[in-house]
Amino acid sequence: MPVLCSAKCGKNAVLKRPKTGDTLCKECFYWAFELEIHSTITNGKLFKKGDVVAIAASGGKDSTVLAQVLKILNDRYNYELKLVLLSIDEGITGYRDDSLKTVQENKDEYQMPLKILSYEELYGWSMDKIVAEVGRKNNCTFCGVFRRQALDRGAMLLNVNCIATGHNADDIAETVLMNILRGDVARLQRCVNIITITEGTIPRCKPLKYTYEKEIVMYAYFKKLNYFSTECIFAPNAYRGYARTFLKDLERLKPSSIMDIIHSGETMCIKKNVKLPDIGVCTKCGFVSSQDICKACMLLEGLNRGLPKLGIGKSSKAHKALASLPDPKLLHF
Amino acid sequence: MEKGLSITTEFTSGLQILFNNIKKHKVLLPETEEPWTLGLLLFWIKDNLLVDKDKCDLFMKGNTVRPGIIVAINDQDWELLGDLKYKIKNNDNITFISTLHGG
Repeated sequence: MPVLCSAKCGKNAVLKRPKTGDTLCKECFYWAFELEIHSTITNGKLFKKGDVVAIAASGGKDSTVLAQVLKILNDRYNYELKLVLLSIDEGITGYRDDSLKTVQENKDEYQMPLKILSYEELYGWSMDKIVAEVGRKNNCTFCGVFRRQALDRGAMLLNVNCIATGHNADDIAETVLMNILRGDVARLQRCVNIITITEGTIPRCKPLKYTYEKEIVMYAYFKKLNYFSTECIFAPNAYRGYARTFLKDLERLKPSSIMDIIHSGETMCIKKNVKLPDIGVCTKCGFVSSQDICKACMLLEGLNRGLPKLGIGKSSKAHKALASLPDPKLLHF
Repeated sequence: MEKGLSITTEFTSGLQILFNNIKKHKVLLPETEEPWTLGLLLFWIKDNLLVDKDKCDLFMKGNTVRPGIIVAINDQDWELLGDLKYKIKNNDNITFISTLHGG
């Protein structure tokens, strides 16, 4: 017995929405999916008319769906945005080179300009080279720290007003859990913000913040969107993997778990006497940092000096190690 | 006695690595005493298609798919069709989509 679309359009349903339990046909699902993202954008005041928005594009499902939906909404609701794609090439042979092909296809299909920035050109080190130097244990630290700055640098080069990332509801719930597990209070507060503004950097926003991963995947599946889906060939992040499996198990028992966790993150409030790091700028590169020397410069300095472990772990230790080296001020960059 | 069924199974979004990197598998399910359900199919896939049996937990958990894998039967969400209890029909197209990868 076919299940009917609960929007009463008369068609047969194709999916059950995890967020609401509604059964919808393809067209009603597209409409609801896009409309909810539109509400997220307008309620959160993510964009202003005339903004240039860089979509952080990896070629994966989230950013591919984000590019498609932003294009649709921009046309449908006259956002008057100029959309551009910004990709970071970490230099991981057999992974990022393939996924960047997908981004190239997005560029042609959506007719958006594309800028690809590589770690090699920004830092002089590709991830392949870094892994050859540091091994496969701490390489994700390098990749994560470098990517964050790379997106900022790319966005500045493109002169955009904001960066839109493809973080979805599952990602955010997972990050809330991880920050709780690690006791990272500063990040716990920040990770649920729909817009993150740090002085001296370009604002970032998450239009898919309330969009379930299952719906993103189904949207891409029904629309036959081409996306790249391979796990990074270096170290799947073990800690995140546990948090993810736990979350997916919870979701199966109770689909609203994801929204509930995000809600907890949003409403949690940090006691006044908890000291949060002061945000300043890196004395070396001028980028935002809570330390004198930012993590990226510290990691880079370690690589360039042949001490790849320098920036790993506590920053205070790295600073001591750096101070004991001859000529600590002479960071080549 | 139930007749054998000819169906297509598809593994996408990274899941194909568990199946020799082949996405589409046309398979013939043998004649059985009881009707083929999706629940039975999962075990059949595990025994007959899965290459590295040690990696079974990337596909199944307990008697169902690992959480995070979406199942579509003829382009319909399996949750609308009774999931594990769905009775498989001849020429069905059953797709397994992983969501457990970066994006």
